[in-house]
Amino acid sequence: MKLFIFFLFFILFFPLSTLNAQENDKRNEITKNLRCLICQGQSVYDSDSEFANSLKIVVDKKLEEGLSEDQIYEYFKTKYGEWILYDPGLNKNTYILWLLPILIFLIGGAIIYKSFIVKK
Amino acid sequence: MKNKILPFPVIIIFGIIFFIFYKGLEDSKIYTPNVNTKKEIPVFNTKEFFSGENVKSPTIFDPDKVYLLNIWSSWCVPCRQEHPLLMNLNLDDKLYIIGMNYKDNLKNAENFLKELGNPYKEIFIDLDGTIAIEWGAYGVPESFLIYNNKIIKKYIGPLNQQLTDEIFLLIK
Repeated sequence: MKLFIFFLFFILFFPLSTLNAQENDKRNEITKNLRCLICQGQSVYDSDSEFANSLKIVVDKKLEEGLSEDQIYEYFKTKYGEWILYDPGLNKNTYILWLLPILIFLIGGAIIYKSFIVKK
Repeated sequence: MKNKILPFPVIIIFGIIFFIFYKGLEDSKIYTPNVNTKKEIPVFNTKEFFSGENVKSPTIFDPDKVYLLNIWSSWCVPCRQEHPLLMNLNLDDKLYIIGMNYKDNLKNAENFLKELGNPYKEIFIDLDGTIAIEWGAYGVPESFLIYNNKIIKKYIGPLNQQLTDEIFLLIK
């Protein structure tokens, strides 16, 4: 019985299989945010091309080396440029992309304020 | 009052949107990578093609020499087309052509070289394609012109007569 309890405890408190699963989740998360450069409109995660498959292996290796998600993005950015990332950072090429929604929101808000709230 | 203020921001917003879309029309829809990169060559460990011995990349590239790293594979049809051009480039003794065998069956690769000739001074293998990623390569065939441990120029896709002429010019 003692052995059984010990065994139960072991299973409950050392969920070894989830360790591997977490790493896979991380891999999938990262590859979903990487563009497959030789495919059209597909992420590395979705693609089964030679290029994408190699990239998946590299992501696995980098995770094993203990690199963080951001460090891995940075690594691919230096190799292939900003284009490989689906989530571009704010720089001189992307500022319109980032600022336009805010601008439109503010202008829209101003119109609503002027025409509805002030009128009352 | 209302009618005077409203149209103005609306016109501006539509103007901005029109401008962005109009700009977007002029851009190329196909992604073109930057080929004139002065990047350092990566450091990696690999195996020699014929002997299977482990090699470290710094022992392959000498800073004083001009190298052309060619990524090739026996299953790649454009590689077959560009191969005679590589044989031709090999006639220039200033240029050292290094081969990188990409995701290939070694037996097939050897037969490929027997059939079409071997222009490479040295060949190393990249079985899972990870070394190609280190180089920032997209696929096969791809060539990198290297001098002083820096990538001078990148040729994505098969070489042609015009590009080999350019390489001859760059070496001189």
